[in-house]
Amino acid sequence: MSGAAGAATPARRRLPRTLVIGLVVVGVIALLAALGPWIAPHDPDAFAMRMRLRPPSLAHPFGTDEFGRDVLSRVLAGAHYSLLMGFGATAISLAIGVPLGLLAALHRGWVEEVVMRGVDLMISLPPVLLGLLILAVTEPGLFKTILAVGLVYVPIMTRLARAVALELLAEDFVEAARARGEGAWHILAREIMPNAWPPLIVETALRITFAILLGSALSFLGLGPQPPASEWGLMIAESRPFIAEAPWIGLAPGLCLCLLLITVNVVGEGLRDLLDPRLRGRGHG
Amino acid sequence: MAGFLLRRLGSLAFVLWAMTVLVFAIVHLLPGSVAHMILGEYATNEAIAVLEAKLGLNDPLPVQYWRWFSGLLGGDFGQSLTMERPAGPVILEALGRSAVLAGVSIVLVAVIGVSLGIHSAVHKGSATDRALTLGQYFFIAVPEFFWCILVILFFAVWLGWLPATGYTPIADGGVTGWAKHLVLPVSTLVLGLIAHVSRLTRSSMLEAIESRYVLAARAKGLPERLVLRRHALPNALLPTITVLAVDIGILIGGIVVVESVFAYPGLGRMLVYAIDNQDLPLMMGGMIVITAVYALANLAADILYAVLNPRIRVGGTAA
Repeated sequence: MSGAAGAATPARRRLPRTLVIGLVVVGVIALLAALGPWIAPHDPDAFAMRMRLRPPSLAHPFGTDEFGRDVLSRVLAGAHYSLLMGFGATAISLAIGVPLGLLAALHRGWVEEVVMRGVDLMISLPPVLLGLLILAVTEPGLFKTILAVGLVYVPIMTRLARAVALELLAEDFVEAARARGEGAWHILAREIMPNAWPPLIVETALRITFAILLGSALSFLGLGPQPPASEWGLMIAESRPFIAEAPWIGLAPGLCLCLLLITVNVVGEGLRDLLDPRLRGRGHG
Repeated sequence: MAGFLLRRLGSLAFVLWAMTVLVFAIVHLLPGSVAHMILGEYATNEAIAVLEAKLGLNDPLPVQYWRWFSGLLGGDFGQSLTMERPAGPVILEALGRSAVLAGVSIVLVAVIGVSLGIHSAVHKGSATDRALTLGQYFFIAVPEFFWCILVILFFAVWLGWLPATGYTPIADGGVTGWAKHLVLPVSTLVLGLIAHVSRLTRSSMLEAIESRYVLAARAKGLPERLVLRRHALPNALLPTITVLAVDIGILIGGIVVVESVFAYPGLGRMLVYAIDNQDLPLMMGGMIVITAVYALANLAADILYAVLNPRIRVGGTAA
């Protein structure tokens, strides 16, 4: 009983310090991404052929690229792509996956069978391949990349939502609601959802890291936003011919991407420890 | 065991068939004419008509699907559009070279990842354990394509020890020349996965060490080394097998990226090339082959798991 009471009041526990630090850093990055176009010291797309491949200096803290564009301004202007891909794709996988999972849990029988066999099928494809398949035959672009990454993670969300709902459906308070004669919608909205969100939030937070990783990898392969967009994966790909003479072009967006990924991951794991202590110390396999 | 195997083979065949339907449907049902896509937007109508006739694009879709699918069953992947040669041999050559990358990587990941994980668990809280835990955070989060840039910068550009990109067959460069081109791609591929595997091995090993059967083994006076090797380790390694199977999926994704960066002529680079050049038979064939490899790897992991864990094996046969 004490375990259930503890889990019911997670907000009263003190927030772990790593979670706070992670949230602050992610917040700062999100703020910089939102303000990017206004606080960038130079025009991110302006060519300056006399300023090509300059190393970092006071005027250009991250140096300039092969067209003389200011790398800092480009990194700032491109920050929103990674965030949009991470959060957008995860939102899509939630929006499709959770209703499917709940549907499968509530309608045992052929509906569940169809949904779950479809999920099994999608999980048996390597994630990158699924993304590549969707992007292969259409013109690349930001929203298609977000959609492709989101679809890749739908089956994981469906499985999780179904498992959580099935667990809750066996609880006494759901039984009580049924005995009171409540309908399926009431049970779903009032009994299942309020109790299902902690594991869903945890999975969502951890999924964002993978979504950013997959999205930027697809952009790196040329299947995301197109030049002159300064998406970080794309910037790293474009920096490759100049890696020996001007490594800062690729290092700047790369290090920013790493910082973002590490802090988003720290937040995800912090939330997991906070909301789902059973899983503490486990990796996400 | 036979029933278990048979069921697993059946679902493998189903997955592969479903993948052929999925690949075919996505390529052919999306808006836009396939011939238009291949020839670009400035193609003349005659050129499009010629190509459509050549590829049989005017036949009904089920006919086209059956032609492609029955070809696949007979090992015929069709004609590559950009290379003027059958796609099958191109895919097979690329698969062989990727298999070398993947094979070396997965062995390194298993051996190094599991050893580091066990070391961390046995010396929980020590300085090395904490350093490894911190390192895992970092290595899991750094994208493969950025590792590629870092290792090229460090080992090829600054130190000049290894070639940055390319591939030399053993026949041309000897074993050293061939191996030199493998070092950077393989090390990039394994860094993140070693972190992942060692982290999960650590937690499953810790769980085993804290269990009652290990307590019992200690209580009857077995030396600690034997307790760990005979009692904790076999139980801790079971979840690791599942993790390795998951990691093969991640490895395939990594291979696509790493081969592109290091200009290593494997299946991943071929797939990206086929997508960039709209070489549909090559692309569709490549995707089917990668799915098959992934499905077989998962099957192998399942069998290994069943062999090592009698409970699953008995349950599988009974069901």
